[in-house]
Amino acid sequence: MSHANNDLRYTRSHEWVIQISDGTVEVGITEHAQDLLGDMVYVDLPEVGDSLTVGKECAVVESVKAASDIFAPISGEVSEINEVLSETPEILNQDAQGEGWLFRMVPNDAAELESLLDADAYQALIASDAG
Amino acid sequence: MFPVALFYFMYRHIPDKGHMNKRTPLYAQHQAMGAKLVDFAGWAMPLHYGSQIREHDRVRSDAGMFDVSHMAVVDIQGEGSKEYLSLLLANNVGRLKTEGRAMYSCMLNAQGGVIDDLIVYRMDDRYRMVINAGTRDKDLKWMRATAGQASEVEIVERDDLAIIAVQGPHARTKVYAALGEGLKQKTEGLQPFEATTIGELFVGRTGYTGEDGFEIILPAKAAEFSWKMLAEAGVGPVGLGARDTLRLEAGMNLYGADMDESTSPLISGLAWTIGWAPDTRRFVGRDALEQEKIAGPGQQLVGLVLQGKGVLRNHQRVICHDNDAGEITSGSFSPSLGCAIALARVTMDVKIDSLCQVDVRGKHLDVRVVKPPFVRNGKSLL
Repeated sequence: MSHANNDLRYTRSHEWVIQISDGTVEVGITEHAQDLLGDMVYVDLPEVGDSLTVGKECAVVESVKAASDIFAPISGEVSEINEVLSETPEILNQDAQGEGWLFRMVPNDAAELESLLDADAYQALIASDAG
Repeated sequence: MFPVALFYFMYRHIPDKGHMNKRTPLYAQHQAMGAKLVDFAGWAMPLHYGSQIREHDRVRSDAGMFDVSHMAVVDIQGEGSKEYLSLLLANNVGRLKTEGRAMYSCMLNAQGGVIDDLIVYRMDDRYRMVINAGTRDKDLKWMRATAGQASEVEIVERDDLAIIAVQGPHARTKVYAALGEGLKQKTEGLQPFEATTIGELFVGRTGYTGEDGFEIILPAKAAEFSWKMLAEAGVGPVGLGARDTLRLEAGMNLYGADMDESTSPLISGLAWTIGWAPDTRRFVGRDALEQEKIAGPGQQLVGLVLQGKGVLRNHQRVICHDNDAGEITSGSFSPSLGCAIALARVTMDVKIDSLCQVDVRGKHLDVRVVKPPFVRNGKSLL
């Protein structure tokens, strides 16, 4: 089940974040990002327990044509990774904002979420940098 | 822009306002077929039409068509054509004994570096070259300067022509279904690297995928109609993305990645394309190549196959026996093999079948060294 655009927060580097019921947050790449990258063939995820710093590289997704760094949208500790992506990275193309989530993390400070873009701001961003 | 570490090195996403790009006669067809268009050497070209991997698989198992009209067709006419091309090209056009024969060649500078790679066909009253889009301007400048030394040569840019490549095990059958019995009768007997003229069409049994098929040079005004007929015959469109993975699996070099003006054919896996005999044919770059051959080339182009998960990319370093041995010139995921493959320029001590490593973002991943190609006629050669 995909998350609705309006429920997500976004980074300028095309990651999305959502707070889930147990207080952790789920992180993925946007539909726009998967569309730009094309057929996914490899995902390199952080390990459970890794400590992430906002804005730092924490994962890599690779399509046939390109490798793309994933940046931590907020600071915190990785609590779970989406293991199925290792065997079936194409899920990222099919459902980037749902089944294709990358990892879950426990935020150091949940208030950091508020500094991220909302759906309208993100849509404006991708409209403006279509190049 | 997206924080892409290695976006395809020559491609750029085209913004909506990007109509400064040149368009091929098939531009409207690409749009109608849902292509994602990118800038390639100043041309708006299809990267894919939905899925690069599906398009790749289609060429390996059935038939796909490519618009390669951005490549330049250049006719060499006049009494001095053969003498001129004997000077200009590293391969020997004298080996094109009869009309319709084609060959692959490099065009070298005086240092033996590759200015471009190309196909040259012998036609009834001329030679025809197909050169790369990205090198077109410098090629023509070089060709005209070189022609200054030969007499009776006319270099004619054929911007009135388009090129459609149809490739795959069913390519020829589907071309016959689309373009008719007349074409079938004239082209059925063509061997690989042979071509023939049928009315306004020029059809060669050549390609850049490692599969059977045709490259069809035709009037620009006939391109759209032919493309539609091919589509009706069940030939799917294929973008530049799959063109790159297909040629890489086939072990075919990409100009600007695997060789350029700073690398000779001898260190680019292209020694087989140099026409050494006869000694008296002093083509441009020959002196430098002879010296390099005597000294012994310091590097070689080899294939690499990644042993685990991940993707090999251009410019990653290759490590053999704990020493830096060279770098990847073309790397990608191979849809046919389900693993990453690459061409790499490495030192001569690296042996085929040995195990080396590639530095992928600081991790040293195991690769097996192989002799390209990786895939031919739909089958793995590993």
